[in-house]
Amino acid sequence: MRRNGPLALCYHALFVAFTLAPIIVVCWVAFTPEGYLSFPTTHWSLRWFHAIARYPEFISAFWRSIGLGALSSIIAVAISVPAALAIARYRFAGREAFTALFMSPLMIPNVVLGIAFLRFFTEVGLGGTFTGLVLAHIVIIFPFALRLTLASAVGLDRALEHAALSLGASEWTVMKRIILPLVLPGLVSGWALAFINSFDEVTMTVFVAAPGTETLPVRMFLYIQDNIDPLVTSVSACVIVVTVAALVALDRAYGLERLLVGRGGNDGR
Amino acid sequence: MAFLELENLTKRFGQQTAVDGLWLGVDKGEFVSLLGPSGCGKTTTLQMIAGFVEPTSGAIRLEERDLLAVKPAQRGLGVVFQSYALFPHMTVVQNVSFGLEMQGVAGAERAKRVGETLELVGLGSFTERFPRQLSGGQQQRVALARALVIRPRILLLDEPLSNLDAKLREEMQIELRQIQRTVGTTTILVTHDQAEAMALSDRIVVMNKGRAEQIGPPYEAYERPATPFVASFLGKTNLVKGIAVRPERISFAASGLAGTVRTRIFQGNHWLYQVETSDGLVTVIRQNTGEPMPVEGAVVHLSWMAG
Amino acid sequence: MKTAPYLLSLPALLLFAAVVIVPLGMTVALSFHDWGQYKGIVPVFILKNWREVFSDSYYGEMFWRTFRIALLVTLLSAVFGAPEAYILNRMRSPWRGLFLLVILGPLLISVVARTLGWALLFGGKSGLINAVLLSLGLISAPLPFMFTETGIVVALTHVLMPYMVLAVWAALQRLDPQVENAAITLGAGPFTVLRRIVLPQAMPGILSGAVIVFALAASAFATPAIIGGRRLKVASTLAYDEFLNTLNWPLGAAVAVLLLVALVLIVFGANRWVERRYAQVFG
Ligand SMILES: Nc1ncnc2c1ncn2[C@@H]1O[C@H](COP(=O)(O)OP(=O)(O)OP(=O)(O)O)[C@@H](O)[C@H]1O
Ligand SMILES: [Mg+2]
Repeated sequence: MRRNGPLALCYHALFVAFTLAPIIVVCWVAFTPEGYLSFPTTHWSLRWFHAIARYPEFISAFWRSIGLGALSSIIAVAISVPAALAIARYRFAGREAFTALFMSPLMIPNVVLGIAFLRFFTEVGLGGTFTGLVLAHIVIIFPFALRLTLASAVGLDRALEHAALSLGASEWTVMKRIILPLVLPGLVSGWALAFINSFDEVTMTVFVAAPGTETLPVRMFLYIQDNIDPLVTSVSACVIVVTVAALVALDRAYGLERLLVGRGGNDGR
Repeated sequence: MAFLELENLTKRFGQQTAVDGLWLGVDKGEFVSLLGPSGCGKTTTLQMIAGFVEPTSGAIRLEERDLLAVKPAQRGLGVVFQSYALFPHMTVVQNVSFGLEMQGVAGAERAKRVGETLELVGLGSFTERFPRQLSGGQQQRVALARALVIRPRILLLDEPLSNLDAKLREEMQIELRQIQRTVGTTTILVTHDQAEAMALSDRIVVMNKGRAEQIGPPYEAYERPATPFVASFLGKTNLVKGIAVRPERISFAASGLAGTVRTRIFQGNHWLYQVETSDGLVTVIRQNTGEPMPVEGAVVHLSWMAG
Repeated sequence: MKTAPYLLSLPALLLFAAVVIVPLGMTVALSFHDWGQYKGIVPVFILKNWREVFSDSYYGEMFWRTFRIALLVTLLSAVFGAPEAYILNRMRSPWRGLFLLVILGPLLISVVARTLGWALLFGGKSGLINAVLLSLGLISAPLPFMFTETGIVVALTHVLMPYMVLAVWAALQRLDPQVENAAITLGAGPFTVLRRIVLPQAMPGILSGAVIVFALAASAFATPAIIGGRRLKVASTLAYDEFLNTLNWPLGAAVAVLLLVALVLIVFGANRWVERRYAQVFG
């Protein structure tokens, strides 16, 4: 394979700078010692990180986001596994339609989903509740969970099961010793990808959450709508650090490319 | 001076030496095969001639001019890749005319030459298909036509037939040989299939660990292997009483080295025997003439002529 | 008839029926309801909201702005993202993985945080880039960014660019590197290889990336809300205002449903076209 020329590498450097600039700037401003937005050069301080502690709504929103992400991702993965098996293993009437339906949250603008959920939850008495949030999040992260569980299910060679059965293994042993170890990386990654998407979701949640059930991104968004000050940069910096850590872990464990491109579950690596 | 000269050609990848001091002269119109086991440096050699790999040291001369100073795009060599590397978004005709377009050949002339070349490889009626609508053998022909149409000074083939099934491969071998005779292009073929190399080439280069162990006509290499490696790589050989004997040179006789038939395999036109003797296992190949042959467990005597 | 696949899909089906299909149906119905400042939502069937959306030029302008922004963002991501995917694809082992992480990773970093970064870079006099340019004397007044369409386009391009890189990257992965070499042996220069060999094969990836970016740009919310503020509205921020500020839900529902329908038509149309265009070649 031919190499990139100097021009290509210059372009690449500019591109990476463009990609990282806003993220770095947020983290940079977060260390300002001043009471206003500024780019610290000589003096750095953690004062705005300490300040987060004085805003309990950020702290509680953070924990709510974590809980919401964890819970809705588990449920989404749990529901997606049987659906993935059905889609991967059977040819049945409505298979394409089902798949399209389950993937539809990717297609439907999150604003529209937010509005639909708001209307629906208000009508059925779940408006502004945590239960409502969980239901809404399960739906919007479902496609991500399904994509990875589906990749695992498709990648699972049935001959392996048949081989194990022919060697005298029981159905349960096949499940425990063959299927589960093979699909587990896919399930865990599906959960993680679903979690990150839930943790970052703001557009839809802004409609569904009420004061008292706000998630962290919603709190940040509403805060920025009023004013932009160093506090929100330090909160953002924390969010960025947490996400990057999760990302790197996920990349090591499963491969970011495979995760995002959504390739089969067992292709080497 | 030969048409193409490889002079002490060497390529190292880090610690590993892929090609180690290779000398080779190829005459105009000649068909030469690079033959050897996997990883012996065949592809690397070919890629150095094509210009995709830069030699660590040594020289390549074409018609006495330094080929290494010429960019790959200007070398005017026709390359058939193992994966064929057809342009998937172009039809057969577009694939074949691409090289002529690059040379700035005018439209009418181009169409004529493309047509002729496609006829030559027997693809006259598949012109508007896309590569993925063709079978493996047909794709292989398109790749050949694409390389030939530019009238290359040398045709380089990297295991062009290895993706085909056995029967098709045999057909294509015959066809390849005929086409090469017709157009007379100097050809270098890379293969690890000794039968293919022997069937097609004027001379073969038997390579091992980056070195050329023997260069010569197929018959000579087979009959008079220069090294034990060549002897064992080209067909089967027995080492009996310290001398190398080809299995087909051994016959069952009334007297001679005694042994017991361990296995006997019928292979259509011949029988393959494994005979256990006091000197170890000996492989014997006998033509199937329809006469009764020794069965497994039978005691036999082996005789052969040295050489 | 087999029941197993239906039983297996049942939990997901129930969830989607209850929490997607019913709410969407209710939203469509809502867009036909009446609303008044004091009477609230009146569940009748009238065309008032739809008539307003289609007759009032304010909505036409706002939708036109939404799609104009989406189109620009799509163009910019294709023009800048596709070459980057190609460069990435040609990198060697450790760098390739590293930069893939650097470029695709932001996809999963909070949109709010990323948009905040742009506000810090360009917001008013104190924005980093404006401050630097001002102090260098290159500009005499800060570049307008906040509350401008340019600002929204730049920030959205940044937010959605990874999707384009990802789509093109996936297409390039399927490309046989020997094909480029084959073109070179036939006498093609580097530019010809790019234009005649690489670009046509990357095109399906660019187009499918464009469809994704366009759909997401047209329905983006947080970025236009933060950069555009209350002054520069797009479809989704307008719907948000109708719902949570004006409280005219039926009108907001009409805007949202219209956005959904327009997007579904555009995306389906584009996908059909791409599929038909390339069915024969790539299958
Ligand atoms: N780009 C490279 N980097 C490092 N080592 C390489 C590279 N290309 C080839 N090699 C090594 O050089 C040696 C020769 O490789 P080459 O591809 O020429 O073998 P070959 O004879 O064509 O084998 P095969 O029949 O399997 O195709 C091998 O050991 C291979 O691992
Ligand atoms: Mg090789």
